[in-house]
Amino acid sequence: MSTQLKNKLIFERSREGRRGFRVPELDVPARKPEEMVDKKYLRVNETALPEVSEVDVIRHYTRLSQKNYCVDLGFYPLGSCTMKYNPKINEVTAGLAGFAGLHPLQPQKTTQGILELMYDLTERLCEVTGMSWGTLQPFAGAHGEFTGMKFFKSYFKKRGDTGRTKVLVPDAAHGTNPASAHISGFDVVEVKSNEKGMVSVEDLKQHLDENLAGIMLTNPNTLGLYEEDIAEIAELVHDAGGLLYYDGANLNAVMGKSRPGDMGFDVVHLNLHKTFSTPHGGGGPGSGAVMVNKKLEPFLPAPTVRKRGSEYYLDHDIPDTMGRISGFYGNIAVLVRAYTYILTMGHDGLKRASELAVLNANYLKEKLKGRYFLPYDRVCKHEFVLSAQKMKDANGVNGTDVAKALLEFGIHAPTVYFPLIVHEAMMFEPTETESRESLDNFIEVMHEIADLAEKDPDKLHAMPTSTPVRRVDQVQAAKHPVLRWQPE
Amino acid sequence: MASPEKLKFQKSHEWTRVEGSIAYVGISDHAQEELGDIVFVEIPEVDDEFEAGEEVTNIESVKAASPIYAPVSGKVVKVNQELEEAPELINQKPYEAFIFAIEMTDPSELDKLLSYEEYQKSIEEEE
Repeated sequence: MSTQLKNKLIFERSREGRRGFRVPELDVPARKPEEMVDKKYLRVNETALPEVSEVDVIRHYTRLSQKNYCVDLGFYPLGSCTMKYNPKINEVTAGLAGFAGLHPLQPQKTTQGILELMYDLTERLCEVTGMSWGTLQPFAGAHGEFTGMKFFKSYFKKRGDTGRTKVLVPDAAHGTNPASAHISGFDVVEVKSNEKGMVSVEDLKQHLDENLAGIMLTNPNTLGLYEEDIAEIAELVHDAGGLLYYDGANLNAVMGKSRPGDMGFDVVHLNLHKTFSTPHGGGGPGSGAVMVNKKLEPFLPAPTVRKRGSEYYLDHDIPDTMGRISGFYGNIAVLVRAYTYILTMGHDGLKRASELAVLNANYLKEKLKGRYFLPYDRVCKHEFVLSAQKMKDANGVNGTDVAKALLEFGIHAPTVYFPLIVHEAMMFEPTETESRESLDNFIEVMHEIADLAEKDPDKLHAMPTSTPVRRVDQVQAAKHPVLRWQPE
Repeated sequence: MASPEKLKFQKSHEWTRVEGSIAYVGISDHAQEELGDIVFVEIPEVDDEFEAGEEVTNIESVKAASPIYAPVSGKVVKVNQELEEAPELINQKPYEAFIFAIEMTDPSELDKLLSYEEYQKSIEEEE
């Protein structure tokens, strides 16, 4: 088959009148849409849907799926994304008819199963985080952050403490943190990292005043390092009248070992899709559950799941609620998967997962630091950050080159150019589900890339050459993005 | 015009060129090198007022988005519209491609900025 035909879009395969389905005969009286829907809601133009046969659709998407790279295919050390393997039993439970066939507006006496699951999941997440209750509504990590900031807002509003407009965010923070604080109406102020790669308590002290709403922290931070001063930071922020928000992106490092609630955090967002093993390559579907302590519980989004006797119900009666955060109750199928994972792993299993995630990251770090520059040379948690700066200075090989070369070797690229405080940063997170053999193969490949950087940098600049898509023009992609197909 | 020795700098990598009461602001060669290919410059609004050290606008490269801080207090009186279509000018001629110009309210604030030599030293310390 010619390459051109292979790469056609589904729209370009469309032929007028071609069909992949047959509509069953109408067994109710026919009515026109105009009779049932207000005219202003009816579309005027025909939809430009592709007209294709079933086999066209199957071949098209099967081919696309074969071009895709995923954790089911190979090693995926994308830092801060926790691309752990997602056990297939999660798919079995999420596909159970009693879950998959639910309608959000069903009477609650017919949805006791999912309500029990949501209730029990919330309780278990409280146990993992050391918080008192939470919401499962947010659809993604950043949505969870936004919800977290809404807790800040609601709390200060209730107290009439409206001068608190400032949210502190470390310079190493995930980019979504300042974005979430900003979109929630706070002024973002950056806190510097110290020479150990942790939040500088000295710099933090400069920002503690009557305008402080709180701080957003990730622990371990984006360098994969545990914030050793967290107890002191929590005390300082609380004493200044502020709140602490925990970005749960890196929770996979500390499950069952160290709890955000015990560290002093007031609100915690979790990425169920990362830490609790649900598929999320390509941006979703996610679940950014948010857990809070007693202080913030009155502001929970409505509804929340509660239990009365042996009956579970959706409680809409939350006087100080921040309102709804999602149309219904969140990404239910993701919750089922995360719950399945928690039950499969059990108490000791979750703890063991964090231990192995940390062990794997440290093993890689130690094996690579001789060839790649390690700016913060300490015991790391679940991830670590190398720098390609020395390679760039010596041979003109930068972080992008190393990342692209990994694709050539059938391995997913690390997160590059983040965190911003490390030049030519490359952030690796192996996760607990990789075997020793898989890690050793990766180490070998990374050493080979380092050899090539010295001997044949041009070869690296050209990589990848054997992937379905070679190097893309990043500048053109950013300046003139083609985001959708349009009819000619 | 393109000689960095005659410019003032901030640690956050902006350069400032003074012409009378107007301060032109761009980013240093080191900054554009670190950022890589610049793909978008948010052109600030003329007449907006800023305090020294306040964030005026953002530029985006293939790697990251970075804030640009005002070197001095004052009102934006001129912007470089060319950068809207051709942000790569910052990569090509960092010391010519200004982003905006501010009419200074307090020229003595210039004294707080770094000389080229001091700026170079601050980069070395950073690394």
